[in-house]
Amino acid sequence: MMETGTSRVKRGMAEMQKGGVIMDVMNAEQARIAEAAGAVAVMALERVPSDIRAAGGVARMADPTIFEEVVKTVSIPVMAKARIGHYVEAKVLEALGADYIDESEVLTPADEVFHINKKEFTIPFVCGAKDLGEALRRVGEGASMLRTKGEPGTGNIVEAVRHLRLINSQIRKVQNLSKDELYAEAKNLGVSYDLLLDVHETGKLPVVNFAAGGVATPSDAALMMHLGADGVFVGSGIFKSDNPERFARAIVEATTHYTDYKLIAEVSKNLGTPMKGIEISKLSASERMQDRGW
Amino acid sequence: MKVGVLALQGAVAEHIRSIEQAGATGVSVKRVEQLDELDGLIIPGGESTTIGKLMRKYDFIDAVRSFSAQGKPIFGTCAGLIVLAERIEGQDEAHLELMDMTVARNAFGRQRESFETDLPVQGIDEPIRAVFIRAPLITQVGPEVEVLSTFNGEIVTARQGHLLAASYHPELTDDVRLHEYFLDMIKDSAVVER
Repeated sequence: MMETGTSRVKRGMAEMQKGGVIMDVMNAEQARIAEAAGAVAVMALERVPSDIRAAGGVARMADPTIFEEVVKTVSIPVMAKARIGHYVEAKVLEALGADYIDESEVLTPADEVFHINKKEFTIPFVCGAKDLGEALRRVGEGASMLRTKGEPGTGNIVEAVRHLRLINSQIRKVQNLSKDELYAEAKNLGVSYDLLLDVHETGKLPVVNFAAGGVATPSDAALMMHLGADGVFVGSGIFKSDNPERFARAIVEATTHYTDYKLIAEVSKNLGTPMKGIEISKLSASERMQDRGW
Repeated sequence: MKVGVLALQGAVAEHIRSIEQAGATGVSVKRVEQLDELDGLIIPGGESTTIGKLMRKYDFIDAVRSFSAQGKPIFGTCAGLIVLAERIEGQDEAHLELMDMTVARNAFGRQRESFETDLPVQGIDEPIRAVFIRAPLITQVGPEVEVLSTFNGEIVTARQGHLLAASYHPELTDDVRLHEYFLDMIKDSAVVER
């Protein structure tokens, strides 16, 4: 019997993206550049995170014509963002044929209590997380892929590093608990016992985990791979740099060969100016996207 | 027996796990020099455009062609199948151009059309669980190519001598019979060499 939308089919899609770079694009031309540089997928949106910061106001799902224009241009998978808890935006994206939905804190959340029940969809979801509890809650709701949140649109890797290191150390802690201690830890983290048991036994998250939020240079991407990310998302880092073509290619190569430091040095030469960064302490609490979602 | 999995991008760890479960040593391959120590090579699922670009960038095209010319078996799954093909529909350029077949990329549609199903494969007793993800199809084959399975009348598994190609992802299940089949191809090729 032929079955669509199974957990294996949805998670399998994320497995195929491993070792790759997913790039934010705002139009067909940028999508073409991303695909030519070797991106494994593109995220079609109206504004990259740094523009969303600059514009302020409520950030919503992009105009579907942007998504359709990008789909027509590239043959790699096309993702799109829906607001946290916005079931209808997600259903619209599914109807349009999005290959993946990012339930993203980069957009203004639509629901302050509930995330989308992602099990009701045929297509997979990626969700952000800053710690193990958040990661497993999203998997419990049906996310097929995770990404660390970082602090999007800042070009500053420090938060992405913090989140990935925290998740890694929490996984190590869970591995070292005895089985009877797992019940209390499940309660502490606010996650299901079964998902925590899975982490205890495998020593890893149940789904693929990419790094996101602040990747601006080839070395940034390689650092996240070194810390155990399965791949990276680059938002503002490419199309807010001086030379998007070169930055895109260099970040792809540094992700593939993240332990080849000579190669990373080579690809980092003469790239031009990276996106202008923001010091995290300069952000007010309301400007911190990572605190959206829970 | 040492089997490499091309590790430029895609489902590398899953293939290595399957190979080890099938009883051989799995190696992640990032550099062309590593090919010398291998008895067989798997080109995994992933994004064929990305894998193809990185293969060109790191000189894998000629290196894998000469690996193949030595009669060493190669197994391509999903994107790997596209990389093996001589012709890709709608594209002027193919990648390795090793197998005499034409393939259509994303032949089933977008991700919402991805599926899994039980698939009978010639040479394997009971059907295997085949996971098709934005999968390609083999739309035309040359006389040297043996069709091992079809789905709705379209070719999804094929073999040409020491080359094996599948549209789907055997590495995403715990069933390693297709990997065992590939290991048998490696054993047979070693016998021929002697």
